[in-house]
Amino acid sequence: MKSKKDKLTRRNFLKGAAAGTATLALPVGTSDASVWEAFFQKHFRELNKDEVADVIKRLEEEYKEKYKKDVKVKTTDAQPGVLFSYGLDLSRCIGCRRCVYACARENNQSRDPQIHWISVLRFEQGEKFVSNLEEADKYYYPEKVPEDGHFYMPIACQQCENPPCVKVCPTKATWKEPDGIVVVDYNWCIGCRFCMAACPYGARRFNWAAPQIAKEEVNPDTHYLGNRPRYKGVVEKCTFCIQRTRGNPGRYPACVEVCPVGARKFGNLLDPESEIRYCLEHKRVFRLKEELNTAPKFYYFFAT
Amino acid sequence: MGVQKAICLLIGLGLIFSLRASPVNAADKDKIPKYSVPPAPFSEGIFPCSDCHEDMEPDPTRRELEEHTDIQEMFDHASDQRWCLDCHNANDRDKLRLVNGALISFEESYYLCGQCHGTIFRDWKAGVHGKRTGEWNGKKIYRLCVHCHNPHSPKFKPLTPLPPPVRPTEIENRKLNDDQIPRNPIGDIQ
Ligand code: SF4
Ligand code: SF4
Repeated sequence: MKSKKDKLTRRNFLKGAAAGTATLALPVGTSDASVWEAFFQKHFRELNKDEVADVIKRLEEEYKEKYKKDVKVKTTDAQPGVLFSYGLDLSRCIGCRRCVYACARENNQSRDPQIHWISVLRFEQGEKFVSNLEEADKYYYPEKVPEDGHFYMPIACQQCENPPCVKVCPTKATWKEPDGIVVVDYNWCIGCRFCMAACPYGARRFNWAAPQIAKEEVNPDTHYLGNRPRYKGVVEKCTFCIQRTRGNPGRYPACVEVCPVGARKFGNLLDPESEIRYCLEHKRVFRLKEELNTAPKFYYFFAT
Repeated sequence: MGVQKAICLLIGLGLIFSLRASPVNAADKDKIPKYSVPPAPFSEGIFPCSDCHEDMEPDPTRRELEEHTDIQEMFDHASDQRWCLDCHNANDRDKLRLVNGALISFEESYYLCGQCHGTIFRDWKAGVHGKRTGEWNGKKIYRLCVHCHNPHSPKFKPLTPLPPPVRPTEIENRKLNDDQIPRNPIGDIQ
């Protein structure tokens, strides 16, 4: 373990540089090489193959030391001809929150302080929703769900085709991938939270403190742009389970598989045979806050 | 006039006949790929039904059952219009029976449900009604209708929700040992 004193952060590096003592602020010695490497790591999209391999090796060693198990960090690329999209059947969701916690399990969300990528909102029947989510309650906790006179709407990142979060990022630490997934590079994010302010769906979460997960609960199957363990001071959000869905064959996201009522649908928007296209063609669908022109690839629908 | 009528009648009869001759869903059946489903969710020790029923005389009358009283008690599925042998096959109890007389296994029970719930069956085939797991671009595991809906009492049963999120005001900045870190309440739910 490194002591607080010689832990290098961008902030104290800059502080040191400002004082003209940059070299003193940087720890020396081989054991700290990875700190140097992390600090000078280039933007993920500018790395060549060898550099990516080095970064992955460094991260895997870092995680192994921290969680005492082998953590695989994949960098699987987007497949050509794939644009991921999601459908959620509001006529089925019963608000059981299985998806919330299956997501946390799959995507290594901090258990303390707690981070959830999915929020399930409860509305009274007849209440205004879609553009005004103010009246929603996300702390409901009855003995059984669904409750009479209520309906439920889970919300996570809508994977906008025109994502305002990406536009405002001053460091380009978040971007839209060719398969439509909006990702965050946790080694590039400076934690300014502009993206959180810009996102109209409240989909992004901030690591106010160092994320903590019990070692036995860490999911070791990770992707660099997805569920690999995060750091204090970075932003995170749903990635459509990039570590599962990118693959040929690729698996369904964890929330799709856990939902006991089958309310969650996922697939390739460009494939006319996909479940999601079936929903678009046969069901009444809508997108949240459509008027903002964010063009979400997350569709809510009513099957009945 | 008379000849025309006769022809109409013949065509009509032919139509009815051809409809009756081709079993319901049969044309569809070939088009449908074999669905991968987990085994049918029988109560323990209840299948094969023939173990008990083989030597029993089938009795189609509505009555107070001596066995399967739990099923009779819960039975709530258009129960006024329906009785056991409308779906269960009289002579080979290990099979289900469609209205056209075709016998199907319990693993194909979706054909039976699809007879009445056609629009739901259509959505289910497309993967939109009900839960599917597996690969979005590969092998998909379906669920039988009866995995989620008890066929004798099909309304989806309420569930206990998992706990609400921690309120922002309750979040503390604390360093925990591994054993103090809260565990994910989802446990083994798959
Ligand atoms: S698991 Fe399914 S039913 Fe439960 S809250 Fe999530 S979407 Fe709704
Ligand atoms: S929902 Fe929010 S975080 Fe997700 S892509 Fe849209 S703006 Fe960005």
